[in-house]
Amino acid sequence: MWTSGDAPFDPRRIPRGPYDRRRIPRRLCGLTTGVVRVTTVMYVTVIATESLSKRFPRVTALDRLSVDVGPGVTGLVGANGAGKSTLIKILLGLSPATEGRAEVLGLDVATKGAAIRERVGYMPEHDCLPPDVSATEFVVHMARMSGLPPTAARERTADTLRHVGLYEERYRPIGGYSTGMKQRVKLAQALVHDPQLVFLDEPTNGLDPVGRDEMLGLIRRVHTDFGISVLVTSHLLGELERTCDHVVVIDGGKLLRASSTTDFTQTTTTLAIEVTDTDEHPDGTRAVRDALHARGVTVENGGGLPGAGHVLLLTAQGEETYDLVRDVIADLGLGLVRMEQRRHHISEVFRNSETSTSSDEQRKEAAGHGG
Amino acid sequence: MAVEHPAAAPPGDQSRIHNIGYRSYDGPRLGRAYARRSLYSQSLRGAYGLGRSAKSKVLPMLLFVVMCVPAAIMVAVAVATKANDLPLDYTRYAIVMQAVISLYVASQAPQSVSRDLRFKTVPLYFSRPIETADYVRAKYAALASALFVLTAAPLLVLYVGALLAKLDFADQTEGFAQGLVSVALLSLLFAGIGLVVASVTPRRGFGIAAVIAVLTISYGAVSTLQAIADVQDSSGAVVWIGLFSPITLVDGVQSAFLGAASAFPGGTGPGTGEGVVYVLVALGLIAAAHGLLMRRYKKVGL
Repeated sequence: MWTSGDAPFDPRRIPRGPYDRRRIPRRLCGLTTGVVRVTTVMYVTVIATESLSKRFPRVTALDRLSVDVGPGVTGLVGANGAGKSTLIKILLGLSPATEGRAEVLGLDVATKGAAIRERVGYMPEHDCLPPDVSATEFVVHMARMSGLPPTAARERTADTLRHVGLYEERYRPIGGYSTGMKQRVKLAQALVHDPQLVFLDEPTNGLDPVGRDEMLGLIRRVHTDFGISVLVTSHLLGELERTCDHVVVIDGGKLLRASSTTDFTQTTTTLAIEVTDTDEHPDGTRAVRDALHARGVTVENGGGLPGAGHVLLLTAQGEETYDLVRDVIADLGLGLVRMEQRRHHISEVFRNSETSTSSDEQRKEAAGHGG
Repeated sequence: MAVEHPAAAPPGDQSRIHNIGYRSYDGPRLGRAYARRSLYSQSLRGAYGLGRSAKSKVLPMLLFVVMCVPAAIMVAVAVATKANDLPLDYTRYAIVMQAVISLYVASQAPQSVSRDLRFKTVPLYFSRPIETADYVRAKYAALASALFVLTAAPLLVLYVGALLAKLDFADQTEGFAQGLVSVALLSLLFAGIGLVVASVTPRRGFGIAAVIAVLTISYGAVSTLQAIADVQDSSGAVVWIGLFSPITLVDGVQSAFLGAASAFPGGTGPGTGEGVVYVLVALGLIAAAHGLLMRRYKKVGL
């Protein structure tokens, strides 16, 4: 896959080695407002597996899995026991595959395990922090375990902890941290040696909705701001759609589907609108619907969903639709409570890709998930 | 290293600490050997509570002082009474102080390995360039070094004191050297046994109890059996029974080869032939401890 920014694709711009660190663009941020954000052309496969299988005496964890993962944030989705953690172990070069092969950053996992582990970070699913040391001490130690000299280890630790959002509390023992803070320390130790790729195993586990959103935002920044590619696992499809560029779905060790999230979720945009009632229009929702109908826009009710009577769903064709809705509501003298985009959710797209239901049903799904 | 640079940052902005953004790391990555050395020094410092909480410094430091004080007293007595020899041989010191050494192993071996197991930190190590062998060797070497510091320090006190008391230089130096070899063997042996026992359980308390039990029960059983054998006049049996506890093993090796007087009942240590067996068993135990630790950590893996 390749993405292009201002410049059109030009093969001459591809620098030397395909895994040259200088190739991975890092967006410089902060400091100045005048930073020009340039997206360079990339043509890199970060992870590639070829009919990769892992069989244990009783169970097949991975079954001829072939998948290519490019730079960016990639979600690895599957139910518990689908083979996500097994795949990460193999990719780290810690567990030999029964058959097939895999490459990470162009290095064969079977022979170049140590070189891979120097360039990637890993955040385990389970708790892995000793409670009696401070986050700073712990992350410095882990940085040195990754081969960073003492001074660099301390500097990188301070930087990384700040980036994941730990400030004064980083000098206190980890035992007193909240789950959210612990997750940040775990993320920091995976990023401290500035890897090219990080494996995050269920990073949102055990977090409340706010913590979950913050963690997902942080993961997004790991790629956009830090220039580090991410492979993040989850058993929840929904939470990956905002974060990931690509989603790989595995089930029972088999590849179910691998594609770009934008392919699924941005084909159409559904707008949800909610308005107030006035004396003039006791049923504001109906008034808006009729007015929009009059202008040739098909509008649907939220269906039999909770609060459905007050929510209108319509398909946005572009900027004009937003203007139209605004004007119609202003003309009627109603108050606009909300107007929001409801992207289709990955789960629904996967289901629909197999059964190909009507767009009408898709919108109902969207309302159900988004509300 | 980045592909682009900020076009022109206004000079005033650079003095402000605002948000300096993400900086990538281009410096050296020193690899496995460096990581192993770092883990070694961190574990060695940890064995004396350095870099850990004040509370965890108390016990190792206390035991270190307890190890050294008798040596200082002996030196003081030797200097004051103008004695011709130290009251205790260099090789004998560790045997006499074995309870303190056992206590030290029991307290520090679990803290060295059980913490990583209990808090599941081990996967974080093995997702980095270091491998099982590096981890095991660094931990083993660190605890053995810590034990060597603990057991060699009082010998150093004795040696310096002996020279101050103007005892015979050649004689003292030879004794001191023999003592150092003996405590080096003891350190390796005790560290290996302590780590193997501690690495089985992620619970620190169990680890401490198990290490103490292994060290004291084996010594208690062996010395009891030796005493019985001695009473029944079978000095051959006394020697062979001595193979079965770490401290009597060290005692046998040093009385066979390092000119030490045996602490066995009856005072008859192993001869040269039996001594070779002692050395082989000691080395075999060290190798076995290393092998068991490797197996254990291969399994914990990730």
